[in-house]
Amino acid sequence: MSAAPQRIEKGIHWGNLIRVTGWLLLAAAVMSPLLLGEGYRLPGGIGKNYLLTIGIFTGIHAIIAVGLGLLMGYAGQVSLGHAAFYGLGAYTSAILTAKLGVPPVPAMLAGIVLTAVIALLLGTPTLRLHGHYLAMFTLGLGMIAQIVFNQARGLTGGFGGVRNIPYLGIGSWQLDTKPEFYIVVVLALGLTLLMAHNLVNSRTGRALRALHESELAAAICGVDVARGKLQIFVISAVLASVAGSLYAHFMRFVSPGPFGFVFSVDLLIMVVVGGAASVWGPVAGAALFNVLSETLGRIGEQIPWVADLDIVLFGAVLVAVIVFLPRGLVTLAGRRRGGVGEAASRPEIQAEA
Amino acid sequence: MSLLQLSSVTADYDGLLALKGISLHANEREVTALLGANGAGKSTTLNVICGLLPARSGQISFAGEDLTNLRADTVVRRGLTQVPEGRLLFDDLTVRDNLILGAYSRMRRESRQQIEHDIAEVVELFPILGEATERRAGTLSGGEQQMLAIARALMSAPRLLLLDEPSSGLAPRAASEVFAKIKTLCERGTSVLLVEQNVSAALKIADRGYVLEVGQIVLEGTSQELLSNRDVQRAYLGKDYEEV
Repeated sequence: MSAAPQRIEKGIHWGNLIRVTGWLLLAAAVMSPLLLGEGYRLPGGIGKNYLLTIGIFTGIHAIIAVGLGLLMGYAGQVSLGHAAFYGLGAYTSAILTAKLGVPPVPAMLAGIVLTAVIALLLGTPTLRLHGHYLAMFTLGLGMIAQIVFNQARGLTGGFGGVRNIPYLGIGSWQLDTKPEFYIVVVLALGLTLLMAHNLVNSRTGRALRALHESELAAAICGVDVARGKLQIFVISAVLASVAGSLYAHFMRFVSPGPFGFVFSVDLLIMVVVGGAASVWGPVAGAALFNVLSETLGRIGEQIPWVADLDIVLFGAVLVAVIVFLPRGLVTLAGRRRGGVGEAASRPEIQAEA
Repeated sequence: MSLLQLSSVTADYDGLLALKGISLHANEREVTALLGANGAGKSTTLNVICGLLPARSGQISFAGEDLTNLRADTVVRRGLTQVPEGRLLFDDLTVRDNLILGAYSRMRRESRQQIEHDIAEVVELFPILGEATERRAGTLSGGEQQMLAIARALMSAPRLLLLDEPSSGLAPRAASEVFAKIKTLCERGTSVLLVEQNVSAALKIADRGYVLEVGQIVLEGTSQELLSNRDVQRAYLGKDYEEV
């Protein structure tokens, strides 16, 4: 014990250096699509617009994944229907703005309220029970949502979807260019991370951390376990709804396709690969997921004689991540931090180790 | 006066009857021991009191108020806190964070200073913890972990502490330190309901005790009465008794 304080003293400098470098690299990566010249092409003919589109989708997916990460990592619950909450947000925004002329921001708020109410109705009875009833209930919700999106033609337009959704904006200020929208998505993700970080470190956060370690121990400490789980579930559903509204205003068209069971599973993959129970893990997972599926799709196009090569490679990479980093990509950062004596002050990362 | 009172409480695990009508009471400022072999229903009794397992029938009252089938977090707020078997610490959190979580039920009502003050007080009672506040709970020795589990429970400022097998897995010296602390706690005003398999050690610090067998209370009395009871001597004390 006696030698330890000195080592930590030394280590903090390294830790700061690594951390600052990490932040700078992250900032550079986030800024790069904006700074790229209009006509410039990266290898493979990738241009600015394309990078921005991937960035926007990564950001939208990351917002949902952060919420789902809180649910899985802290409440220990799985949702198989987060695509439905995403769809609820998207359709509420689409229908209110395109069909009823409601301005985008109030429409987004309406989506949040609707989603929160449905999440409350679904979570209140299920989260009082032990076990994975929430997974079953959300699976059911996903199915019902798909049926409604497809069949309630008067409202949702059925397979044809809702068209002519206006740009996101307030009054005359409209986000009608991709770089602008990209910045808004980055800011929204930033806010989401800030909120998640505060939540994890608040009084509720302490309860969540306790929940994350042991539900029984949390109950013994006087934590209302069911209420804690319900809070996170509602928050994660609302985040998915916000992401859905952003999606609707970005694509300016919604149809049932992107809100099905497959996307719910994609979200689970993002969270597991990135690492639940850390705020940043799901962001890393969403980034890897989007970059990988784009890159491998392109490789697959080059080698058309091997059917579905991209899907096979995609699976292989995901399996490799799970095998070598069973607690997700975020362990890479966690290990480095742990090595410089930082882990003790960062319980959410430490919980990974 | 009696602080906790159980009247004909029954409970089951998926239809399998674990408590067949338990009636007992724990007095204020006393250590009450709940003794018996594995599977007798001791821990089940604690879990029913704490709201972790529903009572099928019967009544539980605490300080004159009905406590039957309240939620676990409400029970803590009423002033009963369990130190569970196996301690159930938050292994990855520091000793300090464990203590803060112990005060979770009071955080909304009470100030930070009050809680800091209580941490200092608890650490004073368990000096071992004072040297380890920033260490992860999982890295403590078994005896230290048991002390931390008790300290964490004290942070909720309970009137009655429910201790489940505090000596299990501990070396004899660590166990006797834990028992000494329990006695101290009681003298300082916290009443204790103590579940133990180590009958002789438990009866040394207890004022009264109950013996459970397959979900029923078969014997009750003061520690002296139980210690001198032939059945208790034969079944639970054995050779141990010579040492008492």
